[in-house]
Amino acid sequence: MSELLLVGVDGSPSSLRAATFAAARAMAADGGCIVVAHVIDWSPFTPTTAEDNERRHVTRQQEIDHAMRDIVDPVVQSLTTEGLDVTTAVRHGHPAQTLVDLATEHEAAHMVIGRTGESRIKARVFGSLPMSLVQISPIPVKVLP
Amino acid sequence: MISLRASTSSLDETINEYFTPVSDAIQSVIFYSVTVAGVTFPLVVAWLFTAAIFFTLYFKFVNFRGFRHAIDLVRGQYTKPGEVGEVSHFQALATAVSGTVGLGNIAGVAIAITIGGPGATFWMIVAGLLSMSTKFAECTLGVKYRRENPDGSVSGGPMFYLSRGLAEQGKAGLGKVLAAAFAVFCILGSLGGGNAFQSNQAFAQVRAVTGGDEGFLGGGASGVVFGLVMAVMVAVVIVGGIKSIARVTDKLVPFMAVFYLTSCLVVLAANFSAIPGAIADIFAGAFAPEGIAGGIVGVLITGVQRAAFSNEAGLGSAAIAHSAVKTDRPVTEGYVSLLEPFIDTVVICTMTALTIVITGAYLGDDTGDGVQLTSTAFETVIPWFPIVLAIAVFLFAFSTMLAWSYYGAKATAYLFNESKVADTVYKVIFLSFTVIGAAASLGPIIGFSDAMIFAMSIPNLIGVYLLVRVIKRELTGHEKDLKSGQLQKVKVH
Repeated sequence: MSELLLVGVDGSPSSLRAATFAAARAMAADGGCIVVAHVIDWSPFTPTTAEDNERRHVTRQQEIDHAMRDIVDPVVQSLTTEGLDVTTAVRHGHPAQTLVDLATEHEAAHMVIGRTGESRIKARVFGSLPMSLVQISPIPVKVLP
Repeated sequence: MISLRASTSSLDETINEYFTPVSDAIQSVIFYSVTVAGVTFPLVVAWLFTAAIFFTLYFKFVNFRGFRHAIDLVRGQYTKPGEVGEVSHFQALATAVSGTVGLGNIAGVAIAITIGGPGATFWMIVAGLLSMSTKFAECTLGVKYRRENPDGSVSGGPMFYLSRGLAEQGKAGLGKVLAAAFAVFCILGSLGGGNAFQSNQAFAQVRAVTGGDEGFLGGGASGVVFGLVMAVMVAVVIVGGIKSIARVTDKLVPFMAVFYLTSCLVVLAANFSAIPGAIADIFAGAFAPEGIAGGIVGVLITGVQRAAFSNEAGLGSAAIAHSAVKTDRPVTEGYVSLLEPFIDTVVICTMTALTIVITGAYLGDDTGDGVQLTSTAFETVIPWFPIVLAIAVFLFAFSTMLAWSYYGAKATAYLFNESKVADTVYKVIFLSFTVIGAAASLGPIIGFSDAMIFAMSIPNLIGVYLLVRVIKRELTGHEKDLKSGQLQKVKVH
């Protein structure tokens, strides 16, 4: 039975390893599929200026296009995608929560991400994506070094 | 320095000499006053108050009924996943509030209590609550008739709902005239009340806490220098496009507002036992004032006037700021905007008023006027508070200037068909008024500009009255969808 894997990417080498790993796992399963997702860190509660606001609709689309072109597409191209069903997604929001939302929407069975590599102190103080993801995810999360 | 001082004062005189007759004539029209029951008050205040009452009744108390829904919208409970990343309701509200919260909340309230006694607080709150409906109406229209420009950006505000909305009703000619009148008033108002007055007051308070005449800002040319510094800061943002300063200010303003409110609470806590007495004074003063010119009517008008100065409901300025929200339901932004007079007048102004009443600062003989009275009230409990107040006044003034420069620039763009030259000319004039405001005491110019800010309410509210059915339709449709469950809350985290 095929299982859908969601992999979170941010352009870092470890997230590329996560994508490669996820692709290999999915390929091993019969008719596997993966979702390559990137979240643009964004909060609806950050103050903005009036000029930001009037151009926001355009800026948002540009951010999505850039993320797709510079982060998601290169990952997809680097994968051996033969026989693999790859979907892509770019969305604004809180990184961990949005990855969980995307996983739920796509009915993913597992999530794979790369380690973000904060120092221990920084991770303690500010938290890290893998830490918060592990806390809130309803499905298993695999973190690659 | 002496020659600079001499030239500044002769500049004052020259401008005043030529400008006074014009300014007086215009002010006497806009602030045309009538006398009712022995109280003289400007008709434009009655115009705004009547509108607030009318919209409250016409929309069946949407200001109260819609309050909870407004908060849900700000929290993002109705934001669909596809809309995430667009301007949020919170961001539109925060931008508009940054522009509105200003000297009116600190200086204006003090003036109200000096003139109208503690009872003015009560009527100020009443006016604040009613004007939530006016904001609701104008901001709904702002989003409904906004224009998407070829480059994908959006422009909105009274210029657009007056011209486009009235054209829809077969009154294209009237709409164009009202829109142009609004734009002209907005440009002129932005130069003075939204700019020169702000830099003038910021300089006054900063100068007062740095030692007044004896301090390092006591010299003759310091006003010019202060004005130039402020103008450069504004220029960096509006001409240089360095948005980070604007973002920093917009982040600091809510922080300062919270800090300001906390300080008010500290003062109230320190005078805890006096709270019941102060509340009794406010109610007694509202209905049976003693020693106030014009009795109850006099108190009422003072309160209403200061609320109008502070929350700008009916002037149409907020509709420009709110119109950037991307939504297929314009009325949702109307709901969100009704929180603005609530935050501005019902919360912040009331706290200032309570502080002044509870400390009895207004009872002294030499209490100063405006900001100084608020400063005195705070000083009774926190000695170093005037310094914090100076920082708050500076930040509030700066953010208000940025907001009004934006409103003025949008009005210029509308009048001159998005011309780059007109935009540059407007910004240069705006910046020179920043310097003039701090450097000189140009009473006639400030008076003229105040008149222009209130004049904005004439074309704006005529348009809102004419388009009131459109708003009602949007509101009824939205309420039906809410009731039927067609519009449901989205999960929020």
